[in-house]
Amino acid sequence: MSYWPLLGVGVVVGGFALRLNPMLVVVSAGLTSGLAAGLRLPDLLALLGDSFLSSRAPLLVILTLPIVGLLEEAGLREHGRAWIASLRGMTLGRLLCTYLGLRQLVSMFGLTTLAGHAQTVRPLLAPMSEAAADKTLGSLDAAQRERVRALAAATDNVGLFFGEDVFIAFGAVLLIQGFYARNGIVLDPMAIALWALPTALAAYAVHAWRIRHVERHLRRELAARPEDGGD
Amino acid sequence: MIEAVYLLAALLLGAAAWRNLRARRWARAAFWGLLTVAFAAGDAIQAAAKAGERLPHQAVGAGVIALALLAAFGMRALPATQTADPGRAASAARLGHRLFMPALLIPALTAALVLLAKIPGATALLGVAREQVTLVALATACLLALIAALRVTGARPAAALAANARLLDTLGWAVVLPALLAALGNVFAATHVGDAIAALTQTAIPVESRLASLVAYALGMLVFTIIMGNAFAAFPVLAAGIALPLLIGRHGADPAALGALGMLSGYCGTLLTPMAANFNIVPAALLELRDPYGVIRAQWPTALGVFLANFLLMWLFALR
Repeated sequence: MSYWPLLGVGVVVGGFALRLNPMLVVVSAGLTSGLAAGLRLPDLLALLGDSFLSSRAPLLVILTLPIVGLLEEAGLREHGRAWIASLRGMTLGRLLCTYLGLRQLVSMFGLTTLAGHAQTVRPLLAPMSEAAADKTLGSLDAAQRERVRALAAATDNVGLFFGEDVFIAFGAVLLIQGFYARNGIVLDPMAIALWALPTALAAYAVHAWRIRHVERHLRRELAARPEDGGD
Repeated sequence: MIEAVYLLAALLLGAAAWRNLRARRWARAAFWGLLTVAFAAGDAIQAAAKAGERLPHQAVGAGVIALALLAAFGMRALPATQTADPGRAASAARLGHRLFMPALLIPALTAALVLLAKIPGATALLGVAREQVTLVALATACLLALIAALRVTGARPAAALAANARLLDTLGWAVVLPALLAALGNVFAATHVGDAIAALTQTAIPVESRLASLVAYALGMLVFTIIMGNAFAAFPVLAAGIALPLLIGRHGADPAALGALGMLSGYCGTLLTPMAANFNIVPAALLELRDPYGVIRAQWPTALGVFLANFLLMWLFALR
Protein backbone atom coordinates (compact mmCIF):
# COMPACT_ATOMS: atom_id res chain seq x y z
CA MET A 1 0.00 0.00 0.00
CA SER A 2 1.23 3.50 -0.88
CA TYR A 3 0.98 6.11 1.84
CA TRP A 4 1.97 9.03 -0.42
CA PRO A 5 -1.66 10.04 -1.28
CA LEU A 6 -2.05 10.92 2.44
CA LEU A 7 -0.11 14.09 1.59
CA GLY A 8 -3.45 15.45 0.32
CA VAL A 9 -4.93 15.06 3.81
CA GLY A 10 -1.92 16.98 5.15
CA VAL A 11 -2.62 19.78 2.67
CA VAL A 12 -6.24 19.96 3.90
CA VAL A 13 -5.28 20.09 7.58
CA GLY A 14 -2.41 22.52 7.03
CA GLY A 15 -4.37 24.75 4.66
CA PHE A 16 -7.33 25.15 7.01
CA ALA A 17 -5.00 25.65 9.98
CA LEU A 18 -3.22 28.46 8.11
CA ARG A 19 -6.66 29.89 7.21
CA LEU A 20 -5.95 29.89 3.49
CA ASN A 21 -8.92 30.22 1.17
CA PRO A 22 -10.87 26.91 1.43
CA MET A 23 -11.40 26.69 -2.36
CA LEU A 24 -7.64 26.88 -2.88
CA VAL A 25 -6.97 24.36 -0.08
CA VAL A 26 -9.41 21.82 -1.50
CA VAL A 27 -8.16 22.04 -5.09
CA SER A 28 -4.51 21.86 -3.97
CA ALA A 29 -5.29 18.81 -1.81
CA GLY A 30 -6.93 17.04 -4.76
CA LEU A 31 -3.98 17.80 -7.04
CA THR A 32 -1.49 16.70 -4.36
CA SER A 33 -3.20 13.35 -3.68
CA GLY A 34 -3.67 12.69 -7.39
CA LEU A 35 -0.07 13.44 -8.35
CA ALA A 36 1.27 11.57 -5.29
CA ALA A 37 -0.72 8.51 -6.39
CA GLY A 38 1.00 8.70 -9.75
CA LEU A 39 -1.97 9.95 -11.81
CA ARG A 40 -0.98 11.84 -14.97
CA LEU A 41 -2.11 15.47 -15.17
CA PRO A 42 -4.58 14.94 -18.08
CA ASP A 43 -6.22 12.06 -16.18
CA LEU A 44 -6.30 14.07 -12.99
CA LEU A 45 -7.95 17.05 -14.73
CA ALA A 46 -10.59 14.75 -16.26
CA LEU A 47 -11.24 13.14 -12.84
CA LEU A 48 -11.61 16.58 -11.25
CA GLY A 49 -13.95 17.82 -13.99
CA ASP A 50 -16.08 14.67 -13.98
CA SER A 51 -16.41 14.71 -10.16
CA PHE A 52 -17.32 18.40 -10.12
CA LEU A 53 -20.03 17.99 -12.76
CA SER A 54 -21.55 14.97 -11.00
CA SER A 55 -21.65 16.92 -7.73
CA ARG A 56 -23.49 20.02 -8.95
CA ALA A 57 -26.68 19.19 -7.01
CA PRO A 58 -25.84 21.00 -3.71
CA LEU A 59 -25.46 24.24 -5.72
CA LEU A 60 -29.17 24.14 -6.58
CA VAL A 61 -29.85 25.83 -3.24
CA ILE A 62 -29.37 29.03 -5.28
CA LEU A 63 -32.84 28.49 -6.78
CA THR A 64 -34.27 29.81 -3.48
CA LEU A 65 -32.27 33.04 -3.65
CA PRO A 66 -34.58 35.11 -5.94
CA ILE A 67 -37.51 34.50 -3.59
CA VAL A 68 -35.56 35.10 -0.39
CA GLY A 69 -33.99 38.23 -1.94
CA LEU A 70 -37.31 39.69 -3.09
CA LEU A 71 -38.96 39.09 0.28
CA GLU A 72 -36.00 40.57 2.13
CA GLU A 73 -36.19 43.73 0.02
CA ALA A 74 -39.88 43.93 0.88
CA GLY A 75 -39.05 43.75 4.60
CA LEU A 76 -39.35 40.05 5.51
CA ARG A 77 -36.64 40.22 8.17
CA GLU A 78 -37.99 43.48 9.61
CA HIS A 79 -41.43 41.93 9.89
CA GLY A 80 -40.08 38.76 11.51
CA ARG A 81 -38.27 40.91 14.07
CA ALA A 82 -41.33 43.04 14.82
CA TRP A 83 -43.55 39.98 15.16
CA ILE A 84 -41.22 38.20 17.61
CA ALA A 85 -40.83 41.43 19.60
CA SER A 86 -44.62 41.67 19.93
CA LEU A 87 -44.99 38.12 21.33
CA ARG A 88 -45.16 38.14 25.11
CA GLY A 89 -42.92 35.68 26.93
CA MET A 90 -40.75 34.99 23.86
CA THR A 91 -37.07 34.71 24.74
CA LEU A 92 -34.01 33.69 22.72
CA GLY A 93 -33.85 30.39 24.60
CA ARG A 94 -37.52 29.53 24.08
CA LEU A 95 -37.40 30.42 20.38
CA LEU A 96 -34.29 28.33 19.61
CA CYS A 97 -35.26 25.38 21.83
CA THR A 98 -38.68 25.22 20.13
CA TYR A 99 -37.04 25.37 16.70
CA LEU A 100 -34.55 22.65 17.70
CA GLY A 101 -37.29 20.28 18.85
CA LEU A 102 -39.47 20.91 15.80
CA ARG A 103 -36.55 20.50 13.39
CA GLN A 104 -35.64 17.16 15.00
CA LEU A 105 -39.23 15.88 14.96
CA VAL A 106 -39.89 16.89 11.36
CA SER A 107 -36.57 15.39 10.20
CA MET A 108 -37.46 12.11 11.93
CA PHE A 109 -40.31 11.81 9.44
CA GLY A 110 -37.95 12.41 6.53
CA LEU A 111 -39.05 16.00 5.82
CA THR A 112 -35.50 17.35 5.93
CA THR A 113 -36.05 19.98 3.21
CA LEU A 114 -38.74 21.66 5.33
CA ALA A 115 -36.06 23.99 6.69
CA GLY A 116 -32.48 24.98 5.94
CA HIS A 117 -29.95 27.77 6.06
CA ALA A 118 -31.15 29.49 2.88
CA GLN A 119 -34.88 28.72 3.27
CA THR A 120 -35.48 29.39 6.97
CA VAL A 121 -32.37 30.43 8.92
CA ARG A 122 -31.29 33.56 7.01
CA PRO A 123 -34.75 35.01 6.27
CA LEU A 124 -36.58 33.94 9.45
CA LEU A 125 -34.80 32.26 12.35
CA ALA A 126 -31.70 34.51 12.51
CA PRO A 127 -33.53 37.88 12.55
CA MET A 128 -36.13 36.49 14.95
CA SER A 129 -33.36 35.29 17.29
CA GLU A 130 -31.77 38.74 17.20
CA ALA A 131 -35.14 40.35 17.97
CA ALA A 132 -35.82 37.96 20.86
CA ALA A 133 -32.36 38.67 22.28
CA ASP A 134 -32.75 42.44 21.83
CA LYS A 135 -36.09 42.35 23.61
CA THR A 136 -35.22 40.28 26.65
CA LEU A 137 -31.49 40.85 27.09
CA GLY A 138 -30.98 44.44 25.95
CA SER A 139 -29.60 45.83 22.71
CA LEU A 140 -26.72 43.69 21.40
CA ASP A 141 -23.50 44.97 19.83
CA ALA A 142 -22.28 43.76 16.43
CA ALA A 143 -20.14 40.88 17.77
CA GLN A 144 -22.95 39.63 20.03
CA ARG A 145 -25.38 39.81 17.11
CA GLU A 146 -23.06 37.59 15.07
CA ARG A 147 -22.89 35.10 17.93
CA VAL A 148 -26.68 34.92 18.07
CA ARG A 149 -26.92 34.40 14.30
CA ALA A 150 -24.23 31.68 14.41
CA LEU A 151 -26.13 29.97 17.25
CA ALA A 152 -29.29 29.99 15.10
CA ALA A 153 -27.40 28.26 12.25
CA ALA A 154 -25.86 25.77 14.70
CA THR A 155 -29.33 24.98 16.07
CA ASP A 156 -30.57 24.14 12.56
CA ASN A 157 -27.59 21.80 12.00
CA VAL A 158 -28.00 19.98 15.33
CA GLY A 159 -31.76 19.59 14.77
CA LEU A 160 -31.24 18.21 11.27
CA PHE A 161 -28.35 15.82 12.04
CA PHE A 162 -29.83 14.28 15.18
CA GLY A 163 -33.30 13.90 13.70
CA GLU A 164 -32.81 12.61 10.19
CA ASP A 165 -31.12 9.33 11.05
CA VAL A 166 -34.12 8.16 13.08
CA PHE A 167 -35.92 8.07 9.71
CA ILE A 168 -35.76 4.51 8.33
CA ALA A 169 -35.52 5.50 4.64
CA PHE A 170 -32.67 7.93 5.32
CA GLY A 171 -29.42 7.39 3.46
CA ALA A 172 -27.33 6.73 6.58
CA VAL A 173 -29.62 3.92 7.77
CA LEU A 174 -29.67 2.32 4.32
CA LEU A 175 -25.89 2.70 4.05
CA ILE A 176 -25.39 0.85 7.35
CA GLN A 177 -27.89 -1.86 6.40
CA GLY A 178 -26.33 -2.30 2.95
CA PHE A 179 -22.81 -2.50 4.40
CA TYR A 180 -23.79 -5.25 6.86
CA ALA A 181 -25.81 -7.12 4.20
CA ARG A 182 -22.72 -7.30 1.95
CA ASN A 183 -20.86 -8.78 4.91
CA GLY A 184 -23.46 -11.43 5.72
CA ILE A 185 -25.31 -9.68 8.59
CA VAL A 186 -28.98 -9.13 7.72
CA LEU A 187 -30.69 -6.36 9.71
CA ASP A 188 -34.07 -4.61 9.60
CA PRO A 189 -33.67 -0.83 8.88
CA MET A 190 -36.00 -0.13 11.81
CA ALA A 191 -33.61 -1.93 14.21
CA ILE A 192 -30.83 0.46 13.12
CA ALA A 193 -32.91 3.64 13.04
CA LEU A 194 -34.28 3.13 16.58
CA TRP A 195 -30.72 3.14 17.96
CA ALA A 196 -30.43 6.77 16.85
CA LEU A 197 -33.26 7.78 19.21
CA PRO A 198 -31.34 7.91 22.55
CA THR A 199 -28.63 10.08 20.96
CA ALA A 200 -31.33 12.33 19.46
CA LEU A 201 -32.68 12.92 22.98
CA ALA A 202 -29.16 13.51 24.31
CA ALA A 203 -28.49 15.99 21.49
CA TYR A 204 -31.64 17.92 22.38
CA ALA A 205 -30.64 18.05 26.05
CA VAL A 206 -27.04 19.10 25.36
CA HIS A 207 -27.87 21.77 22.77
CA ALA A 208 -30.84 23.16 24.73
CA TRP A 209 -28.53 23.53 27.72
CA ARG A 210 -25.98 25.26 25.46
CA ILE A 211 -28.61 27.69 24.14
CA ARG A 212 -29.56 28.62 27.72
CA HIS A 213 -25.88 28.94 28.56
CA VAL A 214 -25.26 31.42 25.70
CA GLU A 215 -28.38 33.33 26.75
CA ARG A 216 -27.17 33.59 30.37
CA HIS A 217 -23.72 34.59 29.16
CA LEU A 218 -25.11 37.38 26.96
CA ARG A 219 -27.32 38.61 29.82
CA ARG A 220 -24.30 38.89 32.12
CA GLU A 221 -22.26 40.68 29.44
CA LEU A 222 -25.03 43.18 28.77
CA ALA A 223 -25.68 43.77 32.47
CA ALA A 224 -21.99 44.58 32.98
CA ARG A 225 -22.00 47.12 30.14
CA PRO A 226 -22.43 50.76 31.24
CA GLU A 227 -25.85 52.21 30.33
CA ASP A 228 -24.56 55.11 28.22
CA GLY A 229 -22.41 52.74 26.15
CA GLY A 230 -25.51 51.29 24.45
CA ASP A 231 -26.12 51.82 20.75
CA MET B 1 -36.56 17.30 -16.34
CA ILE B 2 -33.32 17.67 -14.39
CA GLU B 3 -31.70 19.36 -17.43
CA ALA B 4 -34.32 22.13 -17.18
CA VAL B 5 -33.49 22.55 -13.48
CA TYR B 6 -29.80 23.00 -14.26
CA LEU B 7 -30.65 25.46 -17.06
CA LEU B 8 -32.69 27.48 -14.57
CA ALA B 9 -29.68 27.58 -12.25
CA ALA B 10 -27.50 28.63 -15.21
CA LEU B 11 -29.88 31.54 -15.83
CA LEU B 12 -29.50 32.74 -12.22
CA LEU B 13 -25.69 32.36 -12.34
CA GLY B 14 -25.58 34.16 -15.70
CA ALA B 15 -27.56 37.08 -14.24
CA ALA B 16 -24.96 37.41 -11.47
CA ALA B 17 -22.13 37.31 -14.04
CA TRP B 18 -23.84 40.05 -16.07
CA ARG B 19 -24.37 42.28 -13.01
CA ASN B 20 -20.68 42.04 -12.10
CA LEU B 21 -19.59 42.58 -15.69
CA ARG B 22 -21.54 45.86 -15.77
CA ALA B 23 -20.04 46.88 -12.41
CA ARG B 24 -16.55 46.13 -13.87
CA ARG B 25 -15.83 43.51 -11.19
CA TRP B 26 -13.98 41.28 -13.63
CA ALA B 27 -12.93 38.45 -11.27
CA ARG B 28 -16.47 38.00 -9.94
CA ALA B 29 -17.90 38.15 -13.46
CA ALA B 30 -15.44 35.46 -14.60
CA PHE B 31 -16.24 33.31 -11.53
CA TRP B 32 -20.02 33.30 -12.11
CA GLY B 33 -19.47 33.08 -15.89
CA LEU B 34 -17.44 29.87 -15.57
CA LEU B 35 -20.15 28.36 -13.37
CA THR B 36 -22.85 29.44 -15.84
CA VAL B 37 -21.06 27.45 -18.56
CA ALA B 38 -20.64 24.42 -16.27
CA PHE B 39 -24.37 24.42 -15.50
CA ALA B 40 -25.65 25.21 -19.01
CA ALA B 41 -23.32 22.76 -20.81
CA GLY B 42 -22.93 20.22 -17.99
CA ASP B 43 -25.19 17.56 -19.42
CA ALA B 44 -23.75 17.92 -22.94
CA ILE B 45 -20.25 17.51 -21.44
CA GLN B 46 -21.27 14.39 -19.49
CA ALA B 47 -22.77 12.94 -22.69
CA ALA B 48 -19.60 13.72 -24.66
CA ALA B 49 -17.52 12.03 -21.95
CA LYS B 50 -19.68 8.91 -22.19
CA ALA B 51 -18.95 8.86 -25.93
CA GLY B 52 -15.23 8.74 -25.11
CA GLU B 53 -14.41 12.44 -25.58
CA ARG B 54 -12.05 13.44 -22.73
CA LEU B 55 -11.25 17.03 -23.62
CA PRO B 56 -14.52 18.56 -22.21
CA HIS B 57 -13.94 16.92 -18.81
CA GLN B 58 -10.35 18.15 -18.78
CA ALA B 59 -11.55 21.64 -19.64
CA VAL B 60 -13.96 21.54 -16.67
CA GLY B 61 -11.09 20.33 -14.48
CA ALA B 62 -9.01 23.32 -15.59
CA GLY B 63 -12.07 25.53 -14.97
CA VAL B 64 -12.30 24.21 -11.40
CA ILE B 65 -8.68 25.23 -10.80
CA ALA B 66 -9.47 28.65 -12.28
CA LEU B 67 -12.46 28.99 -9.90
CA ALA B 68 -10.19 28.29 -6.92
CA LEU B 69 -7.60 30.85 -8.08
CA LEU B 70 -10.30 33.49 -8.68
CA ALA B 71 -11.82 32.79 -5.25
CA ALA B 72 -8.47 33.02 -3.48
CA PHE B 73 -6.91 35.99 -5.25
CA GLY B 74 -9.56 37.85 -7.28
CA MET B 75 -12.68 38.29 -5.15
CA ARG B 76 -12.64 41.03 -2.57
CA ALA B 77 -15.42 41.09 0.04
CA LEU B 78 -18.44 43.26 -0.77
CA PRO B 79 -20.10 45.57 1.77
CA ALA B 80 -22.70 43.94 4.05
CA THR B 81 -26.34 43.95 2.97
CA GLN B 82 -27.82 43.77 6.47
CA THR B 83 -28.30 47.49 6.94
CA ALA B 84 -31.38 49.32 8.17
CA ASP B 85 -33.65 50.91 5.56
CA PRO B 86 -36.81 52.89 6.44
CA GLY B 87 -38.43 51.89 3.12
CA ARG B 88 -38.17 48.23 4.03
CA ALA B 89 -39.63 48.82 7.49
CA ALA B 90 -42.63 50.61 5.97
CA SER B 91 -43.12 47.83 3.43
CA ALA B 92 -42.86 45.27 6.26
CA ALA B 93 -45.57 47.04 8.25
CA ARG B 94 -47.82 47.25 5.18
CA LEU B 95 -47.46 43.61 4.03
CA GLY B 96 -47.28 41.97 7.49
CA HIS B 97 -47.73 38.21 7.72
CA ARG B 98 -48.28 37.97 3.95
CA LEU B 99 -44.46 38.18 3.64
CA PHE B 100 -44.10 34.82 5.41
CA MET B 101 -46.29 33.00 2.87
CA PRO B 102 -43.90 32.66 -0.14
CA ALA B 103 -40.97 31.87 2.19
CA LEU B 104 -42.91 29.03 3.81
CA LEU B 105 -44.22 27.86 0.41
CA ILE B 106 -40.72 26.69 -0.65
CA PRO B 107 -40.31 24.01 2.03
CA ALA B 108 -44.02 23.13 2.22
CA LEU B 109 -44.39 22.62 -1.55
CA THR B 110 -41.08 20.73 -1.79
CA ALA B 111 -42.20 18.34 0.93
CA ALA B 112 -45.67 17.95 -0.63
CA LEU B 113 -44.24 17.25 -4.10
CA VAL B 114 -41.75 14.70 -2.73
CA LEU B 115 -44.65 12.92 -1.01
CA LEU B 116 -46.76 13.07 -4.20
CA ALA B 117 -43.93 11.49 -6.16
CA LYS B 118 -44.28 8.42 -3.92
CA ILE B 119 -47.57 7.59 -5.72
CA PRO B 120 -46.75 4.64 -7.99
CA GLY B 121 -46.25 5.70 -11.59
CA ALA B 122 -46.14 9.44 -10.88
CA THR B 123 -42.43 9.88 -11.59
CA ALA B 124 -42.50 7.70 -14.72
CA LEU B 125 -45.38 9.77 -16.10
CA LEU B 126 -43.37 13.00 -15.80
CA GLY B 127 -40.08 11.44 -16.86
CA VAL B 128 -38.27 12.16 -13.57
CA ALA B 129 -35.66 9.70 -12.34
CA ARG B 130 -36.23 8.55 -8.73
CA GLU B 131 -32.96 9.96 -7.39
CA GLN B 132 -33.77 13.37 -8.87
CA VAL B 133 -37.22 13.73 -7.30
CA THR B 134 -36.07 16.03 -4.48
CA LEU B 135 -34.22 18.38 -6.83
CA VAL B 136 -37.09 18.63 -9.32
CA ALA B 137 -39.53 19.14 -6.43
CA LEU B 138 -37.31 21.91 -5.01
CA ALA B 139 -37.10 23.66 -8.40
CA THR B 140 -40.86 23.44 -8.97
CA ALA B 141 -41.55 24.72 -5.46
CA CYS B 142 -39.15 27.63 -6.02
CA LEU B 143 -40.86 28.62 -9.29
CA LEU B 144 -44.31 28.61 -7.65
CA ALA B 145 -43.01 30.46 -4.59
CA LEU B 146 -41.37 33.02 -6.89
CA ILE B 147 -44.74 33.72 -8.53
CA ALA B 148 -46.26 34.10 -5.06
CA ALA B 149 -43.43 36.41 -3.98
CA LEU B 150 -43.84 38.61 -7.08
CA ARG B 151 -47.60 38.89 -6.38
CA VAL B 152 -47.19 39.65 -2.67
CA THR B 153 -44.47 42.26 -3.12
CA GLY B 154 -45.74 43.65 -6.43
CA ALA B 155 -42.16 43.60 -7.76
CA ARG B 156 -41.21 43.07 -11.42
CA PRO B 157 -39.50 39.79 -12.47
CA ALA B 158 -36.30 41.75 -13.26
CA ALA B 159 -36.17 42.75 -9.58
CA ALA B 160 -36.09 39.03 -8.67
CA LEU B 161 -33.02 38.50 -10.87
CA ALA B 162 -31.32 41.54 -9.32
CA ALA B 163 -32.10 40.33 -5.78
CA ASN B 164 -30.71 36.92 -6.70
CA ALA B 165 -27.48 38.42 -8.08
CA ARG B 166 -27.04 40.48 -4.92
CA LEU B 167 -27.41 37.41 -2.69
CA LEU B 168 -25.10 35.31 -4.87
CA ASP B 169 -22.43 37.98 -4.48
CA THR B 170 -23.00 37.90 -0.70
CA LEU B 171 -22.49 34.15 -0.68
CA GLY B 172 -19.52 34.30 -3.04
CA TRP B 173 -17.33 31.20 -3.43
CA ALA B 174 -18.91 29.51 -0.38
CA VAL B 175 -21.79 28.38 -2.59
CA VAL B 176 -19.40 26.36 -4.82
CA LEU B 177 -17.36 24.79 -2.02
CA PRO B 178 -19.71 21.81 -1.36
CA ALA B 179 -19.42 20.64 -5.00
CA LEU B 180 -15.65 21.06 -4.86
CA LEU B 181 -15.44 19.03 -1.65
CA ALA B 182 -17.47 16.25 -3.24
CA ALA B 183 -14.97 16.28 -6.10
CA LEU B 184 -12.10 16.04 -3.58
CA GLY B 185 -13.88 13.06 -2.00
CA ASN B 186 -13.82 11.34 -5.40
CA VAL B 187 -10.12 12.05 -5.86
CA PHE B 188 -9.38 10.69 -2.35
CA ALA B 189 -11.40 7.56 -3.17
CA ALA B 190 -9.62 7.09 -6.51
CA THR B 191 -6.21 7.41 -4.84
CA HIS B 192 -7.12 5.05 -1.91
CA VAL B 193 -6.58 7.63 0.84
CA GLY B 194 -9.23 5.90 2.99
CA ASP B 195 -7.53 2.51 2.77
CA ALA B 196 -4.20 4.04 3.80
CA ILE B 197 -5.78 5.69 6.87
CA ALA B 198 -7.56 2.44 7.84
CA ALA B 199 -4.30 0.50 7.56
CA LEU B 200 -2.52 3.04 9.77
CA THR B 201 -5.32 2.94 12.38
CA GLN B 202 -5.30 -0.85 12.59
CA THR B 203 -1.59 -0.99 13.34
CA ALA B 204 -2.13 1.39 16.28
CA ILE B 205 -4.91 -0.40 18.21
CA PRO B 206 -4.37 -2.95 20.99
CA VAL B 207 -6.94 -5.44 19.62
CA GLU B 208 -7.38 -7.40 22.87
CA SER B 209 -8.94 -4.47 24.71
CA ARG B 210 -12.68 -3.94 24.21
CA LEU B 211 -12.53 -0.36 25.42
CA ALA B 212 -9.51 0.53 23.26
CA SER B 213 -11.19 -0.93 20.17
CA LEU B 214 -14.39 1.01 20.88
CA VAL B 215 -12.46 4.24 21.46
CA ALA B 216 -10.58 3.70 18.18
CA TYR B 217 -13.87 3.14 16.32
CA ALA B 218 -15.62 6.22 17.77
CA LEU B 219 -12.60 8.53 17.50
CA GLY B 220 -11.85 7.13 14.05
CA MET B 221 -15.37 8.03 12.88
CA LEU B 222 -14.99 11.52 14.38
CA VAL B 223 -11.54 12.27 12.94
CA PHE B 224 -12.16 10.66 9.56
CA THR B 225 -15.40 12.65 9.20
CA ILE B 226 -13.55 15.84 10.10
CA ILE B 227 -11.03 15.09 7.33
CA MET B 228 -13.54 13.99 4.68
CA GLY B 229 -16.37 16.35 5.72
CA ASN B 230 -18.87 13.53 5.53
CA ALA B 231 -19.75 10.65 7.87
CA PHE B 232 -20.97 8.58 4.91
CA ALA B 233 -17.43 8.42 3.55
CA ALA B 234 -16.02 7.49 6.96
CA PHE B 235 -18.43 4.67 7.86
CA PRO B 236 -17.45 1.98 5.32
CA VAL B 237 -13.74 2.51 6.12
CA LEU B 238 -14.10 2.31 9.92
CA ALA B 239 -16.76 -0.40 9.85
CA ALA B 240 -14.64 -2.66 7.65
CA GLY B 241 -11.43 -1.79 9.49
CA ILE B 242 -12.51 -1.91 13.15
CA ALA B 243 -16.22 -2.64 13.73
CA LEU B 244 -16.53 -5.93 11.80
CA PRO B 245 -13.25 -7.69 12.58
CA LEU B 246 -12.67 -6.44 16.14
CA LEU B 247 -15.85 -5.24 17.85
CA ILE B 248 -18.36 -7.63 16.26
CA GLY B 249 -16.09 -10.53 15.32
CA ARG B 250 -13.85 -10.68 18.39
CA HIS B 251 -15.80 -8.90 21.14
CA GLY B 252 -19.39 -9.81 20.15
CA ALA B 253 -20.84 -6.30 19.86
CA ASP B 254 -24.41 -5.68 18.64
CA PRO B 255 -24.14 -4.73 14.94
CA ALA B 256 -27.33 -2.60 14.75
CA ALA B 257 -26.44 -0.41 17.76
CA LEU B 258 -22.77 -0.24 16.76
CA GLY B 259 -23.61 0.87 13.21
CA ALA B 260 -26.17 3.52 14.18
CA LEU B 261 -24.16 4.96 17.08
CA GLY B 262 -20.92 4.85 15.11
CA MET B 263 -22.51 6.86 12.33
CA LEU B 264 -23.67 9.39 14.95
CA SER B 265 -20.09 9.74 16.24
CA GLY B 266 -19.29 10.79 12.68
CA TYR B 267 -22.12 13.34 12.73
CA CYS B 268 -20.46 15.03 15.70
CA GLY B 269 -17.41 15.39 13.45
CA THR B 270 -19.54 17.00 10.75
CA LEU B 271 -20.40 19.77 13.23
CA LEU B 272 -16.67 20.45 13.72
CA THR B 273 -15.23 20.68 10.22
CA PRO B 274 -15.00 23.35 7.53
CA MET B 275 -14.95 20.44 5.07
CA ALA B 276 -18.73 20.08 5.66
CA ALA B 277 -19.11 23.37 3.85
CA ASN B 278 -22.83 23.44 3.20
CA PHE B 279 -23.55 23.09 6.92
CA ASN B 280 -20.72 25.16 8.38
CA ILE B 281 -19.23 27.58 5.81
CA VAL B 282 -22.20 28.42 3.56
CA PRO B 283 -24.39 29.56 6.51
CA ALA B 284 -21.55 31.74 7.83
CA ALA B 285 -21.57 33.49 4.44
CA LEU B 286 -25.39 33.56 4.30
CA LEU B 287 -25.59 35.17 7.73
CA GLU B 288 -22.76 37.57 6.84
CA LEU B 289 -20.57 36.56 9.76
CA ARG B 290 -17.10 38.13 9.69
CA ASP B 291 -15.63 34.88 11.02
CA PRO B 292 -16.04 32.09 8.40
CA TYR B 293 -15.70 29.57 11.25
CA GLY B 294 -18.34 31.34 13.40
CA VAL B 295 -20.89 28.54 13.04
CA ILE B 296 -18.32 25.88 14.03
CA ARG B 297 -17.37 28.06 17.02
CA ALA B 298 -21.05 28.10 18.06
CA GLN B 299 -21.48 24.34 17.81
CA TRP B 300 -18.25 22.68 18.97
CA PRO B 301 -19.27 22.37 22.65
CA THR B 302 -22.53 20.71 21.56
CA ALA B 303 -20.62 18.35 19.26
CA LEU B 304 -18.24 17.26 22.04
CA GLY B 305 -21.09 16.84 24.55
CA VAL B 306 -23.13 14.70 22.16
CA PHE B 307 -20.02 12.70 21.21
CA LEU B 308 -19.41 11.79 24.87
CA ALA B 309 -23.07 10.92 25.49
CA ASN B 310 -23.08 8.85 22.32
CA PHE B 311 -19.89 7.04 23.36
CA LEU B 312 -21.44 6.18 26.72
CA LEU B 313 -24.51 4.74 24.95
CA MET B 314 -22.23 2.64 22.74
CA TRP B 315 -20.28 1.37 25.74
CA LEU B 316 -23.49 0.50 27.61
CA PHE B 317 -25.60 -1.00 24.82
CA ALA B 318 -23.47 -2.00 21.83
CA LEU B 319 -20.83 -3.84 23.87
CA ARG B 320 -23.07 -5.73 26.26
